[in-house]
Amino acid sequence: MTGASIGVPTSSATRRAAWCAAWLLLASALLAVCGASVGSTGFDSVLRMHGDPVAWQIVWDIRLPRTLGAWLAGALLGLSGAVAQGLFRNPLADPYLLGSASGAALGGAVAMALFGVSPVAAQWMARIGITGMAFLGAAGAVVLTLLLAKGVQHTLRLLLAGVIVGVVLGALRDLVELASPDILQAMQAFTLGSTAFVGWAACLLMAVAWALCSVVAWMLARALDGLTLGEATAASLGLPLMPMRVGLVAAMALATGTAVAQTGLIAFVGLAAPHLVRSIVRVTHERHIVLSSLMGAVLLMAADILARWLLAPQELPVGVLTAALGGTYLLWLMHRRTSQGGAL
Amino acid sequence: MKSIAISANGISASIGNRSILQGIDLQLPAGRWTSIVGPNGAGKSTLLKVLAGLLPRVAVQGDVLLLGRPLVQIPARERARQLAWLGQNEGSADDLTSYDVAMLGRLPHQAWLAPPGAADHAAVEQALRTTQAWDWRHRPLSQLSGGERQRVLLARALAVQAQVLLMDEPLANLDPPHQTDWLHTMRALVDAGGTVVSVLHEVSLALQSDDMVVMAQGRVLHQGACDAPATHAALESVFDHRIHVRHLDGMWMALPSMQRKHSQ
Repeated sequence: MTGASIGVPTSSATRRAAWCAAWLLLASALLAVCGASVGSTGFDSVLRMHGDPVAWQIVWDIRLPRTLGAWLAGALLGLSGAVAQGLFRNPLADPYLLGSASGAALGGAVAMALFGVSPVAAQWMARIGITGMAFLGAAGAVVLTLLLAKGVQHTLRLLLAGVIVGVVLGALRDLVELASPDILQAMQAFTLGSTAFVGWAACLLMAVAWALCSVVAWMLARALDGLTLGEATAASLGLPLMPMRVGLVAAMALATGTAVAQTGLIAFVGLAAPHLVRSIVRVTHERHIVLSSLMGAVLLMAADILARWLLAPQELPVGVLTAALGGTYLLWLMHRRTSQGGAL
Repeated sequence: MKSIAISANGISASIGNRSILQGIDLQLPAGRWTSIVGPNGAGKSTLLKVLAGLLPRVAVQGDVLLLGRPLVQIPARERARQLAWLGQNEGSADDLTSYDVAMLGRLPHQAWLAPPGAADHAAVEQALRTTQAWDWRHRPLSQLSGGERQRVLLARALAVQAQVLLMDEPLANLDPPHQTDWLHTMRALVDAGGTVVSVLHEVSLALQSDDMVVMAQGRVLHQGACDAPATHAALESVFDHRIHVRHLDGMWMALPSMQRKHSQ
């Protein structure tokens, strides 16, 4: 594709990317085993699951879907972050800082308030309804951020606009919650970010969204490569930038909206995953997006296991853990950029 | 009769409420190297963007013809194969390797989602070798100096292998030896039948091209051969007679005029 990385001249980068993908998949497999084992009954349930219906239920109906759900939500957020950073040519862009996660949460809250469903609902229509509204909220928030920032040219203005949109939409979400006390308790778990309520239905929905977003993002990855050279140069290369941008924003919004609708607000995975990939290997966007998605999946799955294990038998909302770890990472990133003489 | 590569008729352009170009008529001959010069704010870069079709249509009045066809009627990919663009300070592409950046120049030649073919790899290698950037093809742009980066970006524009090459300040960050190499590269391109249009700040380097367009305040004041006395007079006039054009060692050079300062 765009990258010569598949050709002979950059085969070292290709090999490195392949190794990175292999390690991330291996880490995913190992973490999946850990995820199926962590809980009040420990690994014992995994060993006894074939003969014991209760152990089977614990592993198959609770641990596995939430472990796989964490992986899929992380994959969606990692993909969304990689697309956002490429699209806005801004290494600090992510679904949170652009306000799209807040938009998704508002969409989800409105859906719950209107249709009287909670985030723990397993019904298909409810899941799809919440996801659809979250998608619309995420897309609307990105458009709002872009309008406020008057484009993507100014990093600071873009981030400020994203923060403002995030705060305002967050306040609107609070109002919706207050107006519908029935959903207040359920929404609390949702805003803290948790994989506790993820079942197989949510997993399937996220898997479908991930497949769709990955294909769209992969097909449009050359637009992101072209945009690294600037708007005018990308246009001079004959790239249809406007439809490509619409497609990429839609993929980003669908990925964010689907993840938020199933697991609530989980911060910083979308920011950290592309950065970690970039620190390991620098490749064109078609590979970068896939690797970032895998990295996000591994990060969130690991964070979810940590959140279940740290205070066992109690568990931390995983969103709280990623916010604490991710916030520290963002501070370090800002410090590094400033010390290297770069502006934010 | 010389064929015309780019023809601009009645071009006016504005950015916001500010008028940048006013009523420009221009014929740029094919197989020639034309430099656009003028003082800061003359509208040189904007004119180049108009010629490349890179300004929003609502901001531009008038017609541009590329190789005899209205620019706006040529499909984007076809236009991208015919006309290559090198802008200034547009993007960093920090994360891509030099090779990947140069390969972006082959996008107009590749089918959608198709991997680069042997011709693409050959074109990229040739372009990187021409700008002497082949040795660091595996390095990301973030690890290159300003001059090295500029040579990679020039290779990206050369890799397009377009008939017409438009460049805005292509010598930014290049040291004198590489500026000389660039002059030779452009001359070779033109000798091979290509058309080059470059906006240049360095008047002495611009004088090494074939033709010159002299601009000021959004208008074209003069267009003529670089060795024509009328062109030299227009140059000296537009720069307020603070430069003199002199013939030295077989080349036309613009030298700072110190006499005027002394006489003040």
